[in-house]
Amino acid sequence: MSFFMENILNFVCFFPLIGVVLIVLWPKGKEHENGVKWIANIVALIGFLISIPLITAFNDPRYIDTATGMRFVIRKSWIDAIGAQYYFAIDGISLLLVLLTTLLGFIAILSSWSAITERVKEYYCYFLILQVGMLGVFMAFDFFLFYVFWEVMLVPMYFIIGVWGGPRKLYAAIKFFLYTLAGSVLLLLGILALYFYQHSVTGVWSFDILRMQQLSIPLELQQWIFLALFFGFAIKVPMFPFHTWLPDAHVEAPTAGSVILAAILLKMGTYGFVRLSLPILPEATMEFLPWLLVLSVIGIIYGALVAMMQKDMKKLVAYSSVSHLGFCMLGVFVATPVALEGGILQMINHGISTGALFLIVGIIYERRHTRMIADYGGLSHIMPVFATVFLIMTLSSIGMPTLNGFIGEFMVLQGVFADPIYKLWALFGVLGIVLGAAYMLWLYQRVMFGQLDDPENRNFPDLNWRELTTFVPLIILAFWIGLYPKTFLDYLHAPVNQIVERVRPGEFPLLPVQVAVKE
Amino acid sequence: MPEIPQIDNLWEFFRENSAAIGPQLQLIIWGLGILCVDFLIPAQKKGRGAIYALGGLFMASIHLYWFWGISPGPAFYNMVTLDFFARYFNLLFLAAAFLTVIMSYRYLDIEDEQHTEYYALILFATAGMMFMAGAIDLVSLFVGLELMSISTYVLVGFLRSQKRSNEAAMKYFLLGAFSTGIILYGMSLLYGLSGSTNLNEIGRQIVGLENNTLLVLSLFMMMAGLCFKIAAVPFHMWVPDAYEGAPTSITAFMSVAVKAAAFAIFFRIFYLAFGDVREIYIFALAVIAMVTMTWGNVAALTQDNVKRLLAYSSISHAGFVLMGLVAGTDLGVTASAIYLLAYTFMNLGAWSVVILLRRQDIPGETLEDFNGLYFKHPAIAVLMLIFFLSLAGIPPLAGFIAKYFVFAAVLEVALSSGEAHSSLMVWVAVVGALNVVVSVYYYFRIVVSMFIRKDYLPAPLSFSAGLVVVLVITGLFTVLIGIYPEPFISLARAASLSLT
Repeated sequence: MSFFMENILNFVCFFPLIGVVLIVLWPKGKEHENGVKWIANIVALIGFLISIPLITAFNDPRYIDTATGMRFVIRKSWIDAIGAQYYFAIDGISLLLVLLTTLLGFIAILSSWSAITERVKEYYCYFLILQVGMLGVFMAFDFFLFYVFWEVMLVPMYFIIGVWGGPRKLYAAIKFFLYTLAGSVLLLLGILALYFYQHSVTGVWSFDILRMQQLSIPLELQQWIFLALFFGFAIKVPMFPFHTWLPDAHVEAPTAGSVILAAILLKMGTYGFVRLSLPILPEATMEFLPWLLVLSVIGIIYGALVAMMQKDMKKLVAYSSVSHLGFCMLGVFVATPVALEGGILQMINHGISTGALFLIVGIIYERRHTRMIADYGGLSHIMPVFATVFLIMTLSSIGMPTLNGFIGEFMVLQGVFADPIYKLWALFGVLGIVLGAAYMLWLYQRVMFGQLDDPENRNFPDLNWRELTTFVPLIILAFWIGLYPKTFLDYLHAPVNQIVERVRPGEFPLLPVQVAVKE
Repeated sequence: MPEIPQIDNLWEFFRENSAAIGPQLQLIIWGLGILCVDFLIPAQKKGRGAIYALGGLFMASIHLYWFWGISPGPAFYNMVTLDFFARYFNLLFLAAAFLTVIMSYRYLDIEDEQHTEYYALILFATAGMMFMAGAIDLVSLFVGLELMSISTYVLVGFLRSQKRSNEAAMKYFLLGAFSTGIILYGMSLLYGLSGSTNLNEIGRQIVGLENNTLLVLSLFMMMAGLCFKIAAVPFHMWVPDAYEGAPTSITAFMSVAVKAAAFAIFFRIFYLAFGDVREIYIFALAVIAMVTMTWGNVAALTQDNVKRLLAYSSISHAGFVLMGLVAGTDLGVTASAIYLLAYTFMNLGAWSVVILLRRQDIPGETLEDFNGLYFKHPAIAVLMLIFFLSLAGIPPLAGFIAKYFVFAAVLEVALSSGEAHSSLMVWVAVVGALNVVVSVYYYFRIVVSMFIRKDYLPAPLSFSAGLVVVLVITGLFTVLIGIYPEPFISLARAASLSLT
């Protein structure tokens, strides 16, 4: 058991590869496809289950690295010649994102059961490889390793969109690939600049992210590096004006692809800002802050306005992502303790609610193969369970109190308002919430209420047990975060404090960290 | 003029000095041997030449292995050396030649041009490359260059019955002869200025001559000629035609080994002789690097013939390797050396898949020929995907490590304090980075054909044991250099240290 716990991050990250191997060895042919599906689902479920000990043992002193405060550290030499290490660890932020990834990975795979009918083996292989790439990004604390995982996930996602996507899949897939790659190669240059600067100061060749967080880099160099990193992360988030790949990718991707794209992949961008840009380049962040806020706010309002005008449900949800992530970024960049924590929580919330909304769109798409809002109406008469789930997720997305969205948005607004200079930017955030309520409720009204007049819609079956299973964990989490967010926020206090102390030292009272060490 | 010492015992002198050219001698002896026994081999069995060639390459490798730990030092009055830089490149040439020979065997049968001279010429070309890598004197360098060039001219035109191949050879020969002439002119000017043909001696003599017009002229002439050999823009015009017309196996060989050899002398000349007058050429070289990678990529975007597409892509890769030379540091040599090694494996791999598609009566060169390859031969398609991802520089594959190093090399210079060319270096890095994105587009056009389009051409692929071996070796190294690059980095680093 201790061997397992000492290497738990390896197991969590690479476990999906076992599924890949099994699926590749599994016999070909239509009659064996169910076996492939079972393997993928079971592997993904186990992948989620083995990530649970991360929470239960999170405060176990045996797995805390005393020097850095990181948990479950695995550190091996890898490429000595350049000082790159194989360095896995997690802190509170990574913990939540890792669990979100393992959970949504399982849900996305489960939701594909009947949606994917051709090239089944490959589909699940790509999905499991994608899972490895995403988990690696959230665990890597060596910049080189981080970059490797960051790029690795591009290829499977390209294929998921390009093979199983809609009519313009090839365009959407290559656009996704090229946009993200353009950002990542600039990110690589930024990483190299940090690497050489760190060597010139300390004389050590190292990509250690925590070490880089302790550097004090001259402002001008910081600004250049910030710009390089910014392109990498902002394209991934995506922030306005780099968001144009997102609607295409979302609309063309198969349902599960959209779920993962929205819930996890976009979080890699926000995670990059939180983990790297802010703590490594604090002065540059503050220098660029007005611009960053302007872009975030444009994202919030522009995304919401565009979402309101969409006729295609998936596109609507996609643009709502742009808006919601603007919200995350607003909180993250202001970097007051509460706003930053709210921004991070909002990342999780967005994963839950937008992930669920894409599942919802996928469920009615599977029944009628159209995503046009105008083709539906009155579905609540025949699909009561579905109507309930949809409503909960709509309310979660627009920030209804008692649900998760409210907590995140409230914290972001409160945190922004605590800043003496930028407090009025909170107003734009409020505007975004109002617009968000407008387009989401309007969508719900047009699809679910009214007369069920289209004969093609009459025979829709309600959710089956498999579809319901995909929603249950998300609904539980939505209520949990909405009613008792402390469970989650407790993990965030310590890392958030560290970042705030780097970015805006001494300006704000820090969050209370409970030193709860479980024996 | 240094006095030429008296040689008392010619045999003794040769025995002492030959250690430094051991691998070359092996190749030449075996190559000549092949030509001598050619008349004994029946017409249907000319493919046996491949076995003799492999024997020669094997013996040369053994020789190289013997001298791996001990450096024989400069020989023949400072003409050639077998320092680590030379050994590193020799290893690369041997690997490329070995893979080329075994991938050629079946291909020549299909083209119906199975002749033993083909294998002999590959050995001669390889020996020429080794002389180039080991040369520390303009004369030996030039002899090596010519030995390699002339052998490759013939090889490019080896498909005698094809108009395309003849045209390619003619074009390559004429332009190549011009460029050699230009290099030679540059060399003669340099000899006039410095009074020596030894690279180190030239380096010492030309210090302080930065403003001398003749030096500038000779430097740029040599640079132009070398840029022709490595296929850098604007001296790249011959590449698409020559690469398209040549036998595909030779195209593969040229794109890795010939290019690497030209880079080896590029490095020798520009580090040893022109290391102290960087100011003259650094800007021009940086511009050439940027233009080369950009133009190669842009031109590749619209190609529908895979051989031409890969030809343009190889132009763009030359631009990336040049980044190491632009940096002009130890790390620069390491970067280019590791780039060339990674490129050898991933590019030979990609070319061998193209050879696989060449079937009786089917050229197998267009994008459509790749359609649906995945559904019929998933393993081949996945290998090709790996080669392309590696060529594009996606981790964790060899091409990524290569790209990482060239970016690191220029950024290191850009960030070092007191560097006058910081912004130039940053530009080179940024242009290189954006070119990575462009290249993905055209590599993925082929990937889309292989994995997403379904109308598969129903002719069986021309598998052969040799080709499978090549695919396995190249695939293995492409992944290995990406995941565990440590030993390869140390080799490249040792090579760079012995150069500077």
